[in-house]
Amino acid sequence: MFIPHTDVERQEMLKTIGKKELSELFNVIPEEFRYPELDIPPALSEMEAQQQFSNLADANNACDEMACFLGAGAYNHYVPATVDFLLHRGEFFTAYTPYQPEISQGTLQAIFEFQSLIANLTGMDIANASHYDGATAAAEACISAYHHFRGKRPKLVLSPNLNPQYLETIHTYFGMLDGSKLLVPEEQTAFSDPDQLATLVDDQTALILMQYPDFLGNIYDLTALTTKAHEQGALVAVSVNPIALGLLKPPADFGVDFVVGEGQPLGIPMSFGGPYLGFFATRKELVRKISGRIVGETVDGQGQRGYVLTLTAREQHIRREKATSNICTNQGLMALAATIYLSLLGKSGLRQVAELCYHKAHYAAQQIAGLEGYKLINNQPFFNEFVVECPKNVSVINQHMLEHGLIGGYDLEKSYPKLKNQMLVAVTELNSREEIDLLVDLLEEARHE
Amino acid sequence: MSEPTIYEISSPGRTGIEYAHLDVPPSELPDAFLREELPLPELSELDIVRHFTHLSKLNYSIDGGFYPLGSCTMKYNPRINEVTARMPGFLKAHPLQPIETVQGSLVIMYLLQETLKEITGFDAVTLQPAAGAQGELVGSLIMRAYHRSRGDLKRTKVLVPDSAHGTNPATSSMAGFEPVNVPSDARGNVDVDRLRELCDDTTAGLMLTNPNTLGLFDEHVLEVIDIVHQAGGLVYGDGANLNALLGVTRPGDLGFDIMHINLHKTFSTPHGGGGPGSGPVAVADFLADFLPDPIVAIIEEGTDEMPPLYGFVHPPHSIGRIKSFHGHFGIIVRALTYIMMQGPDGLRSVAEHAVLNANYLMELLKQDYTLPYDRDCMHEFVLEGVWQDAEGVHALDVAKRLMDYGMHPPTNYFPLIVNEALMIEPTETESKQTLDVFVDAMKKIAKEAHEQPELLHEAPHNTPIGRLDEVKAAKDLVLCCWRPEEE
Repeated sequence: MFIPHTDVERQEMLKTIGKKELSELFNVIPEEFRYPELDIPPALSEMEAQQQFSNLADANNACDEMACFLGAGAYNHYVPATVDFLLHRGEFFTAYTPYQPEISQGTLQAIFEFQSLIANLTGMDIANASHYDGATAAAEACISAYHHFRGKRPKLVLSPNLNPQYLETIHTYFGMLDGSKLLVPEEQTAFSDPDQLATLVDDQTALILMQYPDFLGNIYDLTALTTKAHEQGALVAVSVNPIALGLLKPPADFGVDFVVGEGQPLGIPMSFGGPYLGFFATRKELVRKISGRIVGETVDGQGQRGYVLTLTAREQHIRREKATSNICTNQGLMALAATIYLSLLGKSGLRQVAELCYHKAHYAAQQIAGLEGYKLINNQPFFNEFVVECPKNVSVINQHMLEHGLIGGYDLEKSYPKLKNQMLVAVTELNSREEIDLLVDLLEEARHE
Repeated sequence: MSEPTIYEISSPGRTGIEYAHLDVPPSELPDAFLREELPLPELSELDIVRHFTHLSKLNYSIDGGFYPLGSCTMKYNPRINEVTARMPGFLKAHPLQPIETVQGSLVIMYLLQETLKEITGFDAVTLQPAAGAQGELVGSLIMRAYHRSRGDLKRTKVLVPDSAHGTNPATSSMAGFEPVNVPSDARGNVDVDRLRELCDDTTAGLMLTNPNTLGLFDEHVLEVIDIVHQAGGLVYGDGANLNALLGVTRPGDLGFDIMHINLHKTFSTPHGGGGPGSGPVAVADFLADFLPDPIVAIIEEGTDEMPPLYGFVHPPHSIGRIKSFHGHFGIIVRALTYIMMQGPDGLRSVAEHAVLNANYLMELLKQDYTLPYDRDCMHEFVLEGVWQDAEGVHALDVAKRLMDYGMHPPTNYFPLIVNEALMIEPTETESKQTLDVFVDAMKKIAKEAHEQPELLHEAPHNTPIGRLDEVKAAKDLVLCCWRPEEE
């Protein structure tokens, strides 16, 4: 199957190396630990494997058979057919990191185009080749800022309205840096005001990290916050939803230093949480301070344009223990998916998707706000996610909706015990008016249940 | 011929996709927040398909030919993996759906956890890390958390042999440890005497790649592990080279405490041009409580009528979350598909043939290239790409010349302990014929190095592009193909 050796070839090869049996190759392994009996099921044929996995896939009730209003960091967007067809090309998916540029120009140019698209989408000067996901990209922004000031500014101010999983990830990453201090204001409401947060930035602060739109859907102007932070000498990072940037001002307009985010909405399936795509963009003055791979344009001996991995002196394999990050394998194929997606949608398509999300979400919010017992919490503009206060426990309501073929919004109480009966609803271009009306009807029903 | 960029083939007004019309009444847009310019390219669907098809043809890949990139385990990526991972029930599952609606996905994660435990001989597994390097980080954080939980704050040093993987020192320092280099002995093992001297009550642990980056299994592995344990340290196994050990030995049985596993190496999931990988971490029982949050477990036992209920549990002393959600689920499906199609005998055969292929190549090539550590290798081996009587020829030249023969070069200049290293890992999925063609090419190159060195210096000659000016790339820093202000 996957091992091509015939008996004859195996014997010839053993003879060449002067062995009689394959087992002689392992004499170096302590005998008492050699050849354990593995208690795993016997091999399946391809046909049987396909059937077993098909049964398991059918055991899921996923968003292919239910309407989905769940977001909170992963979104059910349409993935155009072209994206996956091109990802299926073995020349892309069976290659590895482009260490040899002469035979990796496909991967290298695609990454270069990814960097260009992300830079233009966020309004920043440059972007890197990717991080694991939105959470680790945010953590890497914190680490870059911390090292930028050589640890002399130990404090990081994190918006309480940052995706809670990102906050947890940053806490894990910073647990390692003795002396660093993460400041997350305790109050968690839908009205966390950036200008209030800015007052926490002082001359000990390396970075303030915001989310745009924030975890509860709100859109804030971050210009004043950025100015105040810069007055204190601190850097500003923003985690963004890339689809929202099809419609909204890019964070570069606020003057921020780092823009990071989760690239999953850009043509990557939800796939139960991964693999996704972290993106990371910054100003050109800071390019040497960031981690992750970067591709640059150059020429060969004949003057022909080509691309190489560049600024490698920042990275773990050169800088060894002085590197600020150990990232090497990143999300190459997912970055390619986002590159194809953004190229295909282009200027008009991304705007169209963003507007569809916006209008459908606002229609849903208006309809829900009209229901007795339900209240729209956001008092700021929002994009495609918003918070609804419900007349009863969100898990009870969601259970009722699930029984009618609909996956409800995120129960905010799971992340914030204070936000009882509050549901974070996400709407995308895939939600039809019928689905939204069903959501509204089921919410109404759930009140009486 | 170079391919134009997407911005160069863009034409104003062209569109690649149309969406359905809005089926709800429009709402007022937030004027203050609207962007004026969206500087994305404008292309048709065919423009896109041709562009990326052209780009793909500039790549070398496993599908295209032999890819003996040492320590990367570039084995064949079975196509069935791509089918199972893309089943709609998996692809369209939201990671925060109620667990009752994603039992299929949870069963898969549970099965892979259990299977990896059995294959490696450990007691608990997290599937969360996104890649090997993140797995190493998790392992190092567990090491740190373990010592701290015992109030043992003196342990600030992590020992890293000079034959370890390149990420190990960066990982240790990222985790707040001071990495300390341990030299190798003349046979490519950890220098046991030196190790003994370096181990003391400040030793948090040892990061041991075994087989190491020379492709050698440490001849004193039990002693090495014992020395570190006696000093109160933990032993971390870098599992990047696990392919050599499948069904042959279990690192957990040998006494390792923690190990990461690269699903994209050992378990055939595609390398994707640089990821996504997946780096599960396995630990011994006494470290299970420190694993990242969350882990999949049976949370309600099954009955005669009902299957068990799978869900997430939170290790009590967890080092915390290290990324969003639950790991690279799509990669997890591929790896489990592969393992289920191998079974115990198939896995053992994988290791045996990977090691057979490497020893076969090593035997045939050591006549023409210097083999600094001449003993049976495991899945890979390291040669010197340099000869005293071929002045000016370097490993880089050998690597570039191999491209002219239609093959991907080995990893070069790593490990650092070999002069002008060429690190060759054939994997088990390559046939004798392919290996023989590679041996022929390598022998010809060795001859050319002596007789026509300019052929090597100027190589590659037959690739889409010649050697690229890396100094210019780093100096000019053109990192983006088009910016609005250039118009």
